[in-house]
Amino acid sequence: MLGLGADLLWADMNRLLAFLFHQGVLDEQFLQLQQLQDETSPNFVSEVVNIYFHESEKLLRNLRALLMEKEFSDYKKMGIHLNQFVGSSSSIGAKRVRNVCVAFRAATEQNNRAGCLRALEMLEHEYCYLKNKLHELFQVK
Amino acid sequence: MGMAAESQFHVLAVDDSLIDRKLIERLLRTSSYQVTTVDSGSKALEFLGLCENDESNPSTPYVCPNNHQEVEVNLVITDYCMPGMTGYDLLKKIKESSSLRNIPVVIMSSENVPSRINRCLEEGAEEFFLKPVRLSDLNKLKPHMKKTKLKDQKQGTVEKLEDLEVQQQQPQQQIIIQNEQQQAPKSRDLLQPESESHPHAQPTIEQQQQSLQQANNNSKRKTMEQGLSPETDRTRPRYSGIATVV
Repeated sequence: MLGLGADLLWADMNRLLAFLFHQGVLDEQFLQLQQLQDETSPNFVSEVVNIYFHESEKLLRNLRALLMEKEFSDYKKMGIHLNQFVGSSSSIGAKRVRNVCVAFRAATEQNNRAGCLRALEMLEHEYCYLKNKLHELFQVK
Repeated sequence: MGMAAESQFHVLAVDDSLIDRKLIERLLRTSSYQVTTVDSGSKALEFLGLCENDESNPSTPYVCPNNHQEVEVNLVITDYCMPGMTGYDLLKKIKESSSLRNIPVVIMSSENVPSRINRCLEEGAEEFFLKPVRLSDLNKLKPHMKKTKLKDQKQGTVEKLEDLEVQQQQPQQQIIIQNEQQQAPKSRDLLQPESESHPHAQPTIEQQQQSLQQANNNSKRKTMEQGLSPETDRTRPRYSGIATVV
């Protein structure tokens, strides 16, 4: 009985993971993270992902604060935040978030405020989606 | 077996990103290395025992008076893009230091910029890894760390050990074959390694070149022709591979 339940849960998780890969939300790097998890480091993936959430939310707050400034002109600082965001997203395999960050970064390089605003909206949306899905994934575990 | 008698290699990992520090630490531990992580180049230099005094001449580092340096560092792996001291700056300082210049340095970067890669390799970096770094990348580290351990040995001793390790007749030029992965071939004479697990273990010239191309995909070797120094151990040799004569 217990075995069957666990099997179904396992299948659910795999199904969700497969879906996320198919949608391009996650990429191979996420698998690499999973491979690094073992008995000696049983919570590795969730630890890393939690750090990612924490850092990402800080970055998003900073980005929004910068863009909302009346006298906003600090595109360079936005670029620095985005470099960090690109790097961390890349490191955990958050492909779609990473791609939006790259597009956002391009907008900052063009000093395109409207473009930056649009990109920020998209980034916040993508990030929320990713966070929800990852929470779902970890619940199954 | 001989594993218990080996001293572990110790890697100093430098990265300003917490996530990347966690990752590299896990990767290194999984590869059985001892790891210390720091978040900046200046902290790395401090750990290595090099102090910089801002008051006097900032470009003449000296050995920290309180540094006992009980822990030997066999390799430094550093991110390129860091605020303050970049990975390149750190590399330079290490290579300019008489006490540290023999420590192999590896650079990591999320960006594939050939001029950047070349600059680092020219400055003395052993490898340049593109992020995210994979376990397979780390397999390239061991020969560099072993080379450091050998630095003190005289050439003659090294040649004697090579004789012990060689199981077949060797030509003048030889190649190292790692148990996990193949390295740049120096000569055309390839000798059969005993490789249990790896499917690409058969060392035909074609496959050597293929794996070479694969290896070059994400990282570069400093000098192909330089080859790798002979493997040696104070314990029994683990590899059936042939040592190279530089």
